[in-house]
Amino acid sequence: MTGTPGAGGAGFAQDLERLEAIVEALEAQDLDLDQALALFEEGVERLRAARERLTTAEARVRQILADQAGNLRVEDLER
Amino acid sequence: MGRSLDLFAAASPDGAWTVAEVTRRARAVIEAGLTGLWVRGEISGFKAYDSGHWYFTLRDRAAQLRCVMWASDNKRLAARPDEGVQVFAFGLPTVWEERGELRLTVRELLASDAGGPWRLQFERARAALERDGLLDPARKRPIPPYPRRIVVVTSRDGAALHDIVAVATRRWPMAELLVLPTVVQGQAAEPSLIAALAVIDRLKRVDVVIVGRGGGSKEDLQAFNSERVARAVAAAPVPVISAVGHETDVTLCDLVADIRAATPSAAAEAATPDVEAVRAHLARLARGLARGLRTPTVRVGERLARVTDRLVGEMDLRLERGDARVRAAGTRLDALSPLRVLGRGYAVPRDAAGRVLRRVAQFAPGSAFRLRVVDGDVRAKVEDGA
Repeated sequence: MTGTPGAGGAGFAQDLERLEAIVEALEAQDLDLDQALALFEEGVERLRAARERLTTAEARVRQILADQAGNLRVEDLER
Repeated sequence: MGRSLDLFAAASPDGAWTVAEVTRRARAVIEAGLTGLWVRGEISGFKAYDSGHWYFTLRDRAAQLRCVMWASDNKRLAARPDEGVQVFAFGLPTVWEERGELRLTVRELLASDAGGPWRLQFERARAALERDGLLDPARKRPIPPYPRRIVVVTSRDGAALHDIVAVATRRWPMAELLVLPTVVQGQAAEPSLIAALAVIDRLKRVDVVIVGRGGGSKEDLQAFNSERVARAVAAAPVPVISAVGHETDVTLCDLVADIRAATPSAAAEAATPDVEAVRAHLARLARGLARGLRTPTVRVGERLARVTDRLVGEMDLRLERGDARVRAAGTRLDALSPLRVLGRGYAVPRDAAGRVLRRVAQFAPGSAFRLRVVDGDVRAKVEDGA
């Protein structure tokens, strides 16, 4: 599991969105080489991060229980 | 009931029965003679008591029949029947001894026309939800494509939970599933579902909610047709996928949810991307990245080559031009060369210091000078007193 539950997913979505935007910019725009290189480097980094998150991801299943006072407790669900 | 039925016993006042004896006897006769039967009629004078028991009259043009339906039987029904609707009632005829009244103890009540009273109740709730804008398609929210946290509202022990967990974790291991165990059928289901849906407000970073249960009878799905549960679904702060029963059962919950899935497995699919498809998408993006960089690189390379070509061309041109100029200059230099002039027979007089003597005045009588001819110097002298 990378980091806290949930945070990994958020990072993944952000990485992927940014990566999509980068590829689109590279393909569509008339960039000079410096700009293209900067975008490419960032894209490679986002790609690496996204792939790593996917590889290390491990689904987690928990259940939420409320007590009489309405306090919530989270515990792993036995499957 | 000490007395046996003796048709002649009541023939005189001496043998008069008590009222209770008559009604008790009548009840015994009716119950023995008329066992369970289906009756068709129109609901009239319906009244539900706090005890949960229902009292009403079944009537047609010719007659009417008092009915009771105990709470233990009517609780299985989705709704109370409406006044005036046609129904089929299955019941046991009896006599209500205290009132001396013939009565049908109804065990089952069905609408005689398609849909029937329960359909009516459903339609009424549906209309109320529609009036409040809760069925507006514009309200439907998109499901986040890469969810990190999925809340599942269903029974802890049902097959539905098992299916959802199996499908969601296989397709999208990036997600965390949070299960809110609930009662999904019976009287406790409605408050349980409403309480669970209220908990979602208190959870952080939830992307999507799946609420549902496996298929069942119409009665089993009753809680998901509760207007209050439907309103709780509509009030959820994040998109809700509803998965109740099978394809054919559309509940109020289904109608207000952002997405309706036919089964719990389908709900889990709707909530998650397929990790393999996402990997393929990443591979496409990687290729796009490389292609995207190649374009400006190639462009720059081509530009560089063009510039180089022009540079080389320019240099060649300049060199050629330079060469011609050098040759021209050489020719001009050659023409101006004093040696060429001397070659034509001219001579240059110079004094001892090498200064060229141009005027007569420079030639003092008797002075020595030198004459430069084409192949060397000649000593010379100005004649005296010339």
